[in-house]
Amino acid sequence: MSEKKFSAGVKAYRQNYWMPDYVPLDTDILACFKITPQAGVDREEVAAAVAAESSTGTWTTVWTDLLTDMDYYKGRAYRIEDVPGDDTCFYAFVAYPIDLFEEGSVVNVFTSLVGNVFGFKALRALRLEDVRFPIAYVKTCGGPPNGIQVERDKMNKYGRPLLGCTIKPKLGLSAKNYGRAVYEVLRGGLDFTKDDENINSQPFMRWRDRFLFVQDATLSAQAETGERKGHYLNVTAPTFEQMIERAEYAKEIGAVIIMHDYITGGFTANTSLANWCRKNGLLLHIHRAMHAVIDRNPHHGIHFRVLAKVLRLSGGDHLHSGTVVGKLEGDRAPTLGFVDLMRESFIPEDRSRGVFFDQDWGSMPGVFPVASGGIHVWHMPALVNIFGDDSILQFGGGTLGYPWGNAAGAAANRVALEACVEARNEGREIEKEGKEILAHAAKDSPELKIAMETWKEIKFEFDTVDKLDVVNR
Amino acid sequence: MADIQDYNSTPKYETFSYLPAMSPEKMRRQIAYIVSKGWNPGIEHVEPARAFSYYWYMWKLPMFGEQSVDTIITELEACHRAHPNNHVRLIGYDNYSQSQGSSFVVFRGR
Repeated sequence: MSEKKFSAGVKAYRQNYWMPDYVPLDTDILACFKITPQAGVDREEVAAAVAAESSTGTWTTVWTDLLTDMDYYKGRAYRIEDVPGDDTCFYAFVAYPIDLFEEGSVVNVFTSLVGNVFGFKALRALRLEDVRFPIAYVKTCGGPPNGIQVERDKMNKYGRPLLGCTIKPKLGLSAKNYGRAVYEVLRGGLDFTKDDENINSQPFMRWRDRFLFVQDATLSAQAETGERKGHYLNVTAPTFEQMIERAEYAKEIGAVIIMHDYITGGFTANTSLANWCRKNGLLLHIHRAMHAVIDRNPHHGIHFRVLAKVLRLSGGDHLHSGTVVGKLEGDRAPTLGFVDLMRESFIPEDRSRGVFFDQDWGSMPGVFPVASGGIHVWHMPALVNIFGDDSILQFGGGTLGYPWGNAAGAAANRVALEACVEARNEGREIEKEGKEILAHAAKDSPELKIAMETWKEIKFEFDTVDKLDVVNR
Repeated sequence: MADIQDYNSTPKYETFSYLPAMSPEKMRRQIAYIVSKGWNPGIEHVEPARAFSYYWYMWKLPMFGEQSVDTIITELEACHRAHPNNHVRLIGYDNYSQSQGSSFVVFRGR
C-alpha cells in the first residue's frame, strides 16, 4: 500500500466516515455495533472503518468515487460510547442513508451491515447490537402475513397465552404414529402442536404422509373438543420450489398453519413464503435454528434483537424467543426488550432492556413470541407474568413426558395456564403466589396434581453467557 | 397400569373452560378486570351444539364504556334467564388492538 499522492492511495477512514456532528435523518437506517479493536487502533478510526466497510468504502480510494456523490451515499459513524463494564470494546453508532438499500429487502440490508466488515482485520471482533429501521423502510416490507390480532380471530383464542407442544422424539417416528401423538396432545387441551425443526421429509417419514395423518389428527381433536386447533406443518425444504409445493399441499388439505426455519432456510425463501401465506391466508410459524451460532457470543455476531426485527420485516406470525426460565439461554430484561420489538407498534429506546433506538413499526402487524424449551407446569406463573397474553407457550417434554400420556399432560398444562391467568386478572402476584395458585387448581385437576409431582425438582439455573452490559459507569 | 388414569376429552369452549365453573365472586373479579383494562363488555350466547361457530347471537349491543360490574352482571343474568340452555359468554372488546382482550363463558349451557 504505497502512499502515492494525488487522490490515489489510502486515506484515514476518519477523514470521510467519522462525523461526530452528524444529526441522523428520520429516514436513515441506524446501527449500533459493539467493536473490539486490535490493540493500538484508535476508536474513531476503527468506527469510521466499520461505517466505510459496511457502506460505500473500500480499502483505497478509487477514481470512480468521484463520479458520484459519495457524501450522500456514505455511512457515517456519528457516536462512540463506552460499553459498561467492559474496557475491551466500545459501541459505535453508524447512520446509513436509506437509498443504500433495496426496498423490502432485509437480505440487502444484511449484506451491507453484516457483510465483509465482519472479517475486517483491524477488528478483533464485531457485533451488531441493534438496528433502527426507519418507518419509511418498514413500509416497503410485507411483514407478518397475519399478525397477532388476525391470528387470535382466526383461532378464536382470547385473553390468554396460546399453548403448543413440539412432537418428540424429534426424529424417527412414522407418519401415522406421529399423528397419534399430535391427536393426543390436541384433544387434551393445547391449541397447537409443532413439527420439530429437524423434521422435513426424511426416509422414515415423508412430508406428504405426515401432512395427511397430522391433518386428520387435528380435525378429530377439533371436533371432539369444539376448540380450534392447528399443527405447524414444517415446509422447510431443500429448494424454494419444494417448499412452495409443500405449502400448497398444506393449504389443499385445509391446514391453517405452516412453519419455516428462517435462518437455515434463508431470508429470501422466508420472505417469499411469508408473501405466499399472506396471499393464501395461512398462518406462519417461524423457527430460528442456527441463531445461537450468530447471537450467543457477547463480542461477535448479531444480537437476537436484530434477527427478530429482520424476521418481523421479512414476515412470520410466530417466532421463537427463548423462555427466560427454561433450558435454553436468555436473560430476562433483554428478552423482554426484543419480545416488545416483536409485537408492539412503537418501542422507545431503553438501555436497561438492550433497546438502543426508538423503533416505530407503524401499522406493521406484530409477531407472537414463542417460549419453548425445557418448560413445565411449575414455570407457568413466571411465563404468564413475563410474556403476558400475546405469547405462545410450548411444552414439549412437559406434555409428552407426562406419566399418564399426552392428553392428560396437555390438560394439566391448560389447567395451570388458566389458573394463572384467572389469578392474574384477580390482581394476584402470580410469580410470588405461584405455588398456592397451582396447588389450588390441582384440587380439581388430578392431571395437574400429577404434573406438579413429576417435575417438582427440575430447574435450570446455569448462568447466562450473553448478559446485558451492566449499567453505565 | 393401575396408577394411570384414562383421559376423556369433552367439549370445551376456550378460555377458563378447563377450570371449574366460576363462583359469583370469582366472576365478579374477572368482570372487574375487563372494566379496569378499559375494554367494552359485550354479551353473546349460543346453543352448545353450535358453539364452534365464530359468531354467536349477540345480546343487545356491546355496553360501550360501562364501568359498573353490577350492570354487566345484571345483563349477563338477563341473557341467561332468556336462554337458560345456551352458553353465555362475556367479551371485553379492546378497540385499541381491534380485537377481543378477553372472552370467556360465564354461564355454561346444557
